[in-house]
Amino acid sequence: MHMLVCGGTGCRASASDMLYENLSKEVQEQGLQEDVQVVTTGCFGFCEKGPIVKVIPDNTFYVSVEPGDAREIVAEHAVKGRRVERLLYVDPVNKEQIADSKGMGFYKKQIRIALRNCGLIDPENIDEYLAADGYEAMGKVLSELSPEEATQEMIDSGLRGRGGGGFPTGIKWQIASKVPADQKYVVCNADEGDPGAFMDRSILEGDPHSVLEAMVINGYCIGATKGLIYIRAEYPLAINRLKIAIKQAREYGLLGKDILGSGFDFDVEIRYGAGAFVCGEETALIHSMEGERGEPTFKPPFPAQSGYLGKPTNVNNVETFANVPVIYNKGAKWFASIGTEKSKGTKVFALAGKINNVGLIEVPMGITLREVIFEIGGGIKDGKKFRAVQTGGPSGGCLTEKHLDTPIDFDNLLAVGSMMGSGGMIVMDEDDCMVSVAKFYLDFTVEESCGKCSPCRVGNKRLYELLDKITKGQANKEDLDNLRNLSMVIRDTSLCGLGQTSPNPVLSTMDNFMEEYLSHVEDQRCPAGSCKELIRYEIIPENCVGCTACARNCPVNCISGERKQLHTIDQSLCIKCNACLEKCKFNAVAII
Amino acid sequence: MTKIKSLADLKKIKGDLQSKISLREKSDTPEGRVLVKVAMATCGIASGSKEVMEYMIDELEKRSIDAIVTQTGCMGYCYAEPTIEVSLPGSEPVVYGYVDTKKADEIIEKYIRNQELVDGIIPVNYQTIEKDKEE
Repeated sequence: MHMLVCGGTGCRASASDMLYENLSKEVQEQGLQEDVQVVTTGCFGFCEKGPIVKVIPDNTFYVSVEPGDAREIVAEHAVKGRRVERLLYVDPVNKEQIADSKGMGFYKKQIRIALRNCGLIDPENIDEYLAADGYEAMGKVLSELSPEEATQEMIDSGLRGRGGGGFPTGIKWQIASKVPADQKYVVCNADEGDPGAFMDRSILEGDPHSVLEAMVINGYCIGATKGLIYIRAEYPLAINRLKIAIKQAREYGLLGKDILGSGFDFDVEIRYGAGAFVCGEETALIHSMEGERGEPTFKPPFPAQSGYLGKPTNVNNVETFANVPVIYNKGAKWFASIGTEKSKGTKVFALAGKINNVGLIEVPMGITLREVIFEIGGGIKDGKKFRAVQTGGPSGGCLTEKHLDTPIDFDNLLAVGSMMGSGGMIVMDEDDCMVSVAKFYLDFTVEESCGKCSPCRVGNKRLYELLDKITKGQANKEDLDNLRNLSMVIRDTSLCGLGQTSPNPVLSTMDNFMEEYLSHVEDQRCPAGSCKELIRYEIIPENCVGCTACARNCPVNCISGERKQLHTIDQSLCIKCNACLEKCKFNAVAII
Repeated sequence: MTKIKSLADLKKIKGDLQSKISLREKSDTPEGRVLVKVAMATCGIASGSKEVMEYMIDELEKRSIDAIVTQTGCMGYCYAEPTIEVSLPGSEPVVYGYVDTKKADEIIEKYIRNQELVDGIIPVNYQTIEKDKEE
């Protein structure tokens, strides 16, 4: 029997490392070490209900497990073979307990390629990766294929870059392979700057060897002998596991000189970033690795021509690399059979926001937003109404109800005014004000703009100010025109992808929710009731029973009224903290 | 740690590691594995249950499904031989009748792999002594 304990950052924050210790201790004490193996694995994706413990072979899926539950799990499940029912997952819709993870709506529609080993193997033990076909693709490529053949296989698979741009990976490799140079580099982009996206971190935490293996293959294809992983220092667990993985691979001779007797040398080093959004852009990333400021430069020259230290460099994202070994193991044809015509394979999304099943999912390209949100995601929290979904992070756009049945792939998302991005997916409900959402993303962009080119540095700041004015009810219709015009200018004139896409949240919310902008401007009203300057709290006389709950909880004492009498709010003192509305049991407080 | 020197080495190591892991998984918990009982009484054998049993053993291994295939006596459904009983971990045993190799293939692919019920189930129409005792 195997007990798999999630060791991802999310579950660790809820003490899964202590849980692991306790489980191991219990197993020892009961003398079961021969029969029960406790293993730390990568992220299961179901972060909403962490920490997760999965028991193999019966696939029992325990959620929200605390360190104190270890004794019961071992005594009941391992010794007596009975499931601990209170720790099983309860379906949010029909309230039924589901013991087997295969029965969970969350996993039914998922196909796990990039995340294949996350939640299955121990990321700190290379032997488990080897048992799961690890390094076999590399071995096959190095000993059976020429670099050209291996690159062709990648082109045939149709894999496109998962970092956001969607450039065909095989073509990128081919370009880099054709530039003659004495030294070339393979770079893994693990900067992952999108707020809310954590698939790259989870892959590195759960399956670091798959990225190393892919980098060796990439090096062989383009003729590079050095690999660099650019990772933000904010990911300590991922860095730690990468270091262990690199050490173990070197000890086995899977990195270093003459790998598997093929005569090919390749080694990998880690470079740390300070966590700047712009460093996800490949030229900025390369400058940061060189010790320069993390600022983008104009392309061409592309990194494939002149990249790290002026040498040809191929940069791919973590998730892209994680797909690579599977493609060689199962064949380009197999990979190309999944997905849509122009977007092959799967995509990992980080589901977040007002959704029941927050977590990490991997779905085939071509699945609809509706399936992702309502079937895998389990629908909107608290039975509220779906409003919009933001894809692609600060560079993406907001999509609405009418886009729910659009099959998700690179081109379709672009066509409806958003983008794939790295795969953040933030769901919003009826309480979210779209102007505030746009403002939130602009706030992020203003913070992260590197300041090199003025459209981005100055323009985004002005965009933010315009949005701020609108949310305060101080804007006029002319401001709306300015907002749109300025967005276009920034999009067309910025130097790099950051500025070229930063107005997307503004433009897409204007396209899809113009009426909401208009009510902010014309009526000084926020329909979602979230812009503080535009709302006031009132007590509805018919509903108020005079229970004094609101008055007692008001932090500024602005509610007056005797017991069993109608209460009133002094608008001049109210700070709109929402405390009265939350405390009222009679629906007598309303936002107007 | 010794270095891995070739693809053949790698494959050999993988083979060793895999068997180690599957051994650990197999432990002594038959309730955690797929259990297939093939009715091998005279009626069953006459209808071809031997071929079905051999087919099940070979195919389950080929498709790397961790299962125990055993023979059992006549289950009483002689009209529907060959019959097999399949118990998946955590679910009630299901008896299939008129099983030939084609049907067996379908049962492996659909029921054992994906838990989808396949046509040809014989409803249980008896109770065992143990069950009576429990009640």
